[in-house]
Amino acid sequence: MIKETFHKKRQGSPWKGLWAVIGKEMSDHLTSARMQILEILIVLTAVGTGYTALQQISSSNDQFLFLQLFTTAREPLPSFAGFMGFLVPLVAIALAFDSVNGEFNRRTISRVLSQPIYRDALLFGKFLGTFFTLALVLAAIWLLIFGIGLIGLGVPPSGQETARILIFLALTIVYGGFWLSLGLLFSTIFQQSATAALASIGVWLFFIAFWEILVSLIAQGLRPIQFGVVEEIIARAKFEMMLSRLSPNTLFVEATLGILNPTIRTLGLILPFELEGAIMGSPLSVEHSFLMIWPYLTGLIATTILIFALSYISFQRKEIRA
Amino acid sequence: MNDTAILTEKLTKKYNGFTAVNDLNLKVHRGEIFGLLGPNGAGKTTTILMLLGLTEPTSGKVNVLGHDPTRQPLRVKSKAGYIPEQVGFYEDLTARQNLAYIAKLNGIKGDQIQERIDDALETVNLSAVANKFVRTFSRGMRQRLSVADVLIKKPELIFMDEPTQGLDPESARDFLKLIRQLGDAGITILLSSHLLDQVQRVCDRVGLFHQGKMVLEGSVSELASKIFGGAFHIHLNANGSNQNYRELLKNLPGVIDVNFVSPDTYSLVATHDLRSEAARAIVNAGGSLYSLGLDSFNLDDIYNAYFKEVNDDQRNVS
Repeated sequence: MIKETFHKKRQGSPWKGLWAVIGKEMSDHLTSARMQILEILIVLTAVGTGYTALQQISSSNDQFLFLQLFTTAREPLPSFAGFMGFLVPLVAIALAFDSVNGEFNRRTISRVLSQPIYRDALLFGKFLGTFFTLALVLAAIWLLIFGIGLIGLGVPPSGQETARILIFLALTIVYGGFWLSLGLLFSTIFQQSATAALASIGVWLFFIAFWEILVSLIAQGLRPIQFGVVEEIIARAKFEMMLSRLSPNTLFVEATLGILNPTIRTLGLILPFELEGAIMGSPLSVEHSFLMIWPYLTGLIATTILIFALSYISFQRKEIRA
Repeated sequence: MNDTAILTEKLTKKYNGFTAVNDLNLKVHRGEIFGLLGPNGAGKTTTILMLLGLTEPTSGKVNVLGHDPTRQPLRVKSKAGYIPEQVGFYEDLTARQNLAYIAKLNGIKGDQIQERIDDALETVNLSAVANKFVRTFSRGMRQRLSVADVLIKKPELIFMDEPTQGLDPESARDFLKLIRQLGDAGITILLSSHLLDQVQRVCDRVGLFHQGKMVLEGSVSELASKIFGGAFHIHLNANGSNQNYRELLKNLPGVIDVNFVSPDTYSLVATHDLRSEAARAIVNAGGSLYSLGLDSFNLDDIYNAYFKEVNDDQRNVS
């Protein structure tokens, strides 16, 4: 009696409703109290680090003044770039930790999924909506620093500098995307928002505080220095570097260095003979700096996609019982 | 072209070895209000979720409004609305904003969105609070908003899971009226409930669920005759010196069973209307008769009778 359907696969586009979800997420975030707190935090950081950097810079006569706005630190405060390294993960986690389990806890999930959309659209829309929000906020902060620089330094940035600053912005957004996908993953795995937040913060703390210690421990154990020969020391250093680059935080910090300091020629180990013929202190072009950080960028994007895929699988398997 | 809204054949759902729905054959016609009845955990919600494509059946066939919900969920969900048992809204948004999101998810565009929201809120009588935050809404208002929520997509079919759960009697009555109104407008409604008198008031047909199986199906009077075989139920209230009239009543010709309902109140099951014989018997025994009447069946009786039968059978088996 029932017509056998010939289509074995599900029908209809998985993207249907995507923009509705993105719009909803963005408007939710941008009007939420949580976002306002985060904005105040970031603006304070930007103004604070920008101001202290300005005071330091006025006594130097480097050719990349504008970039120093982002990299100059005055004890005990880190530079703006340094601040972003641990603030952006916090912001991203704060935006994402309750995005999926929040729908379950509010019991809105079955109402939303009984609309003609696939789960794909909901999850992807949540990710993109939060991602765009993050990008928007970061772009605003960048403009703020730009403004501070223009007023404080009195000179506009060169084309080179502008390009580097924009690449740094893109890098920061990608870095934020990584933590966003992690927050999203935990928010699909854990039913309680608080647990998800704690798990995400745990991972963040692990990479910020403990990873370096762990790396040297592992390196000591696996690559012990027995004879003290140069090869041994180099091998140990390379191994340590490889391990430490498993941390998204290291990736971000190194790539930031590479793009904001035109004089940095490599992010790996350099031996004296490798520098033969190089003109010390001469800056790299934007293209070369970008090429140098390209693997870092793709590495971050790849892990982000991987983590998103995990949350996708976990979300598709969830039973929707109201 | 097709007057069947829902059709399932041997629909089965198992969760880790536990069978939630077992070989369900269900047919609901268009324009009908069908009630799924049964105790909690009988598989009602699981059935609804499968009909909507929110859960995949383990085996069996489903067809809802001409589509297979497992393979064509978007087609089904664009024509069928679902009101979950405990419906949730975004508390920080107004009623209008909540509905606007749903409208956008349904692909409704531009001016149409506000128009549909206005219509839907009008139908459920919430126009006055359209721009109020949902967090200020009472349980009854939320329930009505959930109806507006499914009306946005102009559904042909609405699933309601325990729609009057947690409502005070007055809100429940209003809500049942609303369901009837939707049914009269030609929308097919499938509702699940364990509140029998309410189901009886709105449903054209009911199906009785027990342990994942539909054990009885039909209109209330059909069910009554199936269960009671056309017997007469008489209730009787009497007292007197002789405290127990049970034996006395039981010995009347034509009486099948006598139940002690509460002090001085008995209910009789008989093959014919023996109200006068019962009255005479009580009076002759020196008792005072306070009331006597013939029961019309309600679902409660059917339900109780059915589960009594089942339990007795199980006891006999074991």
